Amino acid sequence: MSEIDPVTLAVLKGRLEQIADEMDATLFRSAFNPIIAEARDASHGLYHAKTGETLVQGKAGLPIFVGAMAFAVRAVIEKSAKQGDLADGDVYIFNDPYEGGTHLSDFKLVRPFFRNGQVFCWLASVGHWHDVGGNVPGNYNPVATESFQEGMLIPPVKLFARGELRSDIIDIVTANSRLPNSAYGDLNGQISALDLGARRLASLLDDYGDETVADALSQLRDRAGQLMRASIAELKDGVYSADDFLDNDGIVDKPLRIALDLAVSGETMTLDFSRCSPACAGPLNISRSTTIAACYVALKHVFRDVPANAGVLDPIRFVIPENTLLSARAPKPVGGYTETILRMIDTVFVALAQACPERVNGCAYGTINALSLAGHRKNGQRWVMFSFFGGGHGGHPEGDGLNHGNAPISTATIPPVEILEAAYPVMFTRWALRPDSGGAGRHRGGLGAVYEIELLEEEADVFLFGERGRYAPPGILGGDPGALNRFTVLQRDGTEAHPPMASKWVGAKLAKGERVRLETPGGGGYGPAAQRSSSAIEHDVRSGYVTRAAKGAA
Amino acid sequence: MTGKLIVGVDVGGTFTDLFFLDEASGSSWIGKVPSTRGREAEGFLNGVRDGAGELSRLGTVVHGTTVGTNALLERKGGKAGVIATEGFRDVLEMRRRDRPQTWGLWGQFEPVVPRERRLEVRERTLADGTVHTALDADEVIARARDLLALGTEAVAVTFINAYANAENERVAAKALKSVWPNAYINISSEMLPEIREFERSSTTALNAYLQPVVADYLNRLEADLAAQGFDGQVLIVQSNGGVMTVEMAKARPVRTALSGPAAGVIAAAHIATSAGFPNVVTGDVGGTSFDVSLIADGQTALAAQTAIDFGLVVRTPMIEITTIGAGGGSIASVDRGGILQVGPESAGAVPGPVCYRQGNERPTLTDANVVLGRINAERPIGGALTRLDTEAARQAIARHIGDPLGLDAIAAAEAIVRVANSRMAGAIRLVSIERGHNPRDFALMPFGGGGGLHAGALVREVGLKAALIPPYPGVTSALGCVIADMRHDFVQTVNRALAEIDIADLNAEISRVAEEGARLLDRSGVAFVSRDTLVTFDMLYLGQTHTVAAPIAWQAGRMLDVGAIREAFERRYREVYGRLLEDIPIRMLNVHVAVVGCRPKLDLAALAPSDGSIAGAAQGVRRVYVDGAWQDATIYARRELPVGATIQGPAILEQQDTTVLVEPDFQARVDSLGNIILERQHP
Repeated sequence: MSEIDPVTLAVLKGRLEQIADEMDATLFRSAFNPIIAEARDASHGLYHAKTGETLVQGKAGLPIFVGAMAFAVRAVIEKSAKQGDLADGDVYIFNDPYEGGTHLSDFKLVRPFFRNGQVFCWLASVGHWHDVGGNVPGNYNPVATESFQEGMLIPPVKLFARGELRSDIIDIVTANSRLPNSAYGDLNGQISALDLGARRLASLLDDYGDETVADALSQLRDRAGQLMRASIAELKDGVYSADDFLDNDGIVDKPLRIALDLAVSGETMTLDFSRCSPACAGPLNISRSTTIAACYVALKHVFRDVPANAGVLDPIRFVIPENTLLSARAPKPVGGYTETILRMIDTVFVALAQACPERVNGCAYGTINALSLAGHRKNGQRWVMFSFFGGGHGGHPEGDGLNHGNAPISTATIPPVEILEAAYPVMFTRWALRPDSGGAGRHRGGLGAVYEIELLEEEADVFLFGERGRYAPPGILGGDPGALNRFTVLQRDGTEAHPPMASKWVGAKLAKGERVRLETPGGGGYGPAAQRSSSAIEHDVRSGYVTRAAKGAA
Repeated sequence: MTGKLIVGVDVGGTFTDLFFLDEASGSSWIGKVPSTRGREAEGFLNGVRDGAGELSRLGTVVHGTTVGTNALLERKGGKAGVIATEGFRDVLEMRRRDRPQTWGLWGQFEPVVPRERRLEVRERTLADGTVHTALDADEVIARARDLLALGTEAVAVTFINAYANAENERVAAKALKSVWPNAYINISSEMLPEIREFERSSTTALNAYLQPVVADYLNRLEADLAAQGFDGQVLIVQSNGGVMTVEMAKARPVRTALSGPAAGVIAAAHIATSAGFPNVVTGDVGGTSFDVSLIADGQTALAAQTAIDFGLVVRTPMIEITTIGAGGGSIASVDRGGILQVGPESAGAVPGPVCYRQGNERPTLTDANVVLGRINAERPIGGALTRLDTEAARQAIARHIGDPLGLDAIAAAEAIVRVANSRMAGAIRLVSIERGHNPRDFALMPFGGGGGLHAGALVREVGLKAALIPPYPGVTSALGCVIADMRHDFVQTVNRALAEIDIADLNAEISRVAEEGARLLDRSGVAFVSRDTLVTFDMLYLGQTHTVAAPIAWQAGRMLDVGAIREAFERRYREVYGRLLEDIPIRMLNVHVAVVGCRPKLDLAALAPSDGSIAGAAQGVRRVYVDGAWQDATIYARRELPVGATIQGPAILEQQDTTVLVEPDFQARVDSLGNIILERQHP
């Protein structure tokens, strides 16, 4: 392989990233469902012709997909090799989470990009569809014990064969969704994104030549590995451990251990998850590919300058034994994967805090809190309000944690109160910061939020899929943990009810005038609270971030 | 013959640019004086006096200002307070639950109104406009007194669902007027009666935050102008590219957030259209950033909102400007993976590039241009420095870029320029190709001090038709001030299915707003050559999140019917997405009304050189490094090149405020309006 000149390399890096970014933008604009359009739960990129490894990935998509999509592409490579019929113009579609990572809601489209009769690379698009069947609308089923209860499962099949659309595949997929229009709209957006990516890549190859671009891709990968190795080499050798827990799996009320032993040795790092709990009955299992993708997210939050390509993982070894909840196989339910990976990311932060405290932050709120209220209007029409809620970020070397941020695995924004109230029969009675929820510390954890919602219709069912009801987000370097997640139903008779499973509840009843209150965790603190400056404490109290009572208690 | 003057004044961070037009004779001239940061009115007056002599000669002063922008970026606004619905005082601080960067969780956010000055009152309106809890005026008065006791200068009232029914906010406004000691009372339903509480609250609170600062500045300016004998009118440029009266600017300072750059784009649209290039991409190469804006068919693109900084969201129509961190002061570096990067880190104007010798040791884009001979080290533009230190720049490039990449200093400098060009080209692709335009139909119009150095490379890299460099690229924003129309934007949320809209009500509302806008134009005392009322609906299919903005022809006295509205939506939807969706109901989210008073346009031929010759313009020869070799480039004084002159590259065109590089495969010609047109000879 020829050595490409450094200038062309820098230029091509920008051009390739722009192709992936533009694919992202195409889907965000045209998607039908707000989970993609507003919450950006989607991703696009270019992947290696033979291994499926990530070459370039868009910057705007959901962070967790950056690591996961390589597995999706590899699944298609294996399938097409077995069939032996890969052709120019093919596009595969599937949502198998055991092969491609994450959960059933994420539909992947994978397309070979041919040049001169050979696969030059793969283009892929993934997006979170609004509904993919299963027992619960929106597919967050906290009591699923098999993936069959979570939604349809489509293995890698050809959506296009030699450029011809197989409309029977679309018929099958849309027939299995409660929202076929939305599924169809999103699918069209994904196809457009792949088309656009193919056009842009072809024009780039025409400009620079196939060989030059191939060289650049291979060099970018090597240099990412080099960069990651240099980052690891700066860490002190040793084994750093972190143990944390999930409240329960939604079926059996027992904590699940997420434990990491992170070993640094010279330029390499080993992430060993052997001490984690075994696979569980409920939907908090994740597949091995999701586990690796989650580690990638955590590392990229700490080592921000490493690029989004597979080279980053070269110096990293994973130990994920078959018998843990981090290497689930079909049909173990995986719908709650977000909670498990958020906990894994926290263990990476806590372990790395021992190796490089100047690069790490206290843990963020650690749960997406999927809350839905559902019922029927007077005219019989069904309504489902489904949203994820925010919380505090951890204190960090430069200052206090961000109040009311989004989850580390996502860049999603929250819908406005006014949009929710215009669409559903609810009235928010509170949408506020939650005082005293940030973990104390030299740099305090950011505050979580209090959301209080009153029902305006006769009755509704409440579903909550949360976490951190019993194990608070840890601080680091002596910082205190943030507050626990707390969910309350405020009943008409004045009594307050809490979830039977701490942070998960299926089908709680709500009557007109009754309210639910969700109090989300703040972030963990950074450094001991005793080191907090008096001016910062004074500002906290004056602003009501910390109440006098809480301060007195401390 | 001399008559009253119109002067456009753009107060930037470093320089205050002025453009003078004598309305009667059509003659025009420019001025440039150092800005006086913190005492902006002083620099402003210096410039006006320099260019006009007696201030009594001035008829109209049109002003683009960064006072508001700077107050936001540097958090130097006034002491504002918020009165919110009970349970919602934190909306401003909670934002839309976002974070500043995708990667890294070290975000911080300081709202412009601290929590102690955000108070609540019992009141509630529901989404359908029903008042659930009526407001008690006495409670507002009590909270207002609390805020005043905390030293609050300006107040914002931000009630939930006030877009659907403003009754409770009206009661609050009336109560506040009885106790608030000044006019700084901001009501969210008056400011922006549009659904989405964070965006409305943020815009209203930022307006309150800016009021004391911007009003103070404008009061001082008016007083100073009057003291010097000025008895004409002052107009202020808004972010939407239109002008407003000083009275309106004091009430709505948030509309000046992008005042300066907006004026530049307005000028670009006029200049380019007059020159026969109705499709242009503007590219402003400044010290720290490259700002790009698209003009298609002579029309500037408007964005619905922008974030001035993380969490500082302003929702009011603004000229759409895309910014990347690649300017003359952008620092070049080699990362730990061995990849060359230019920006986004910047040395700014102070300490500036290495060649300024003001303390920065890391090489910038400007240093690379100096080392390659493209910038005249002996005659830096702007006039603040006497010469640039080429040798210091060369050494910094060799050490920080050349050594790690195994290149000599010259090759390393060229690499910096190539990578910077590639980033700028990416920004141009973003606003053109990515929005479905064909770059071959577009010309690049560089302005700002550095644009002319990169124009040829950008034309080549993006595949643009040509580059057009206006006669005074450094004062484009000041020129834009002189020609900008007066414009007032209004919005009202409807949020109903098309089938459920009361069409008579909708028409009555549009007429009411159009008349209100017309009254504002009448009251301004400005002479307009014509007036326009532009109506646009934000619409979407039921279930979608993103709306499309569908313009519709509107005339006073003529009713819009459902069929026409549907047709307008479908036309726009098809343009954006290619095909319509059958059998899905259509929803109208908002109606926008813009009232425009058109001001006379400047005859640009007056800016063209009236004499000069190519031989007279030639200033000698300089060695310039282009296309991998040192080549002899003839240097020309650009202002002395006559209309019709053509120059083959390699050449350098120099003028007071910019330098243009004509690359070897390019030709430069002077058109009849004095613009330089750069074209590839063998595209």
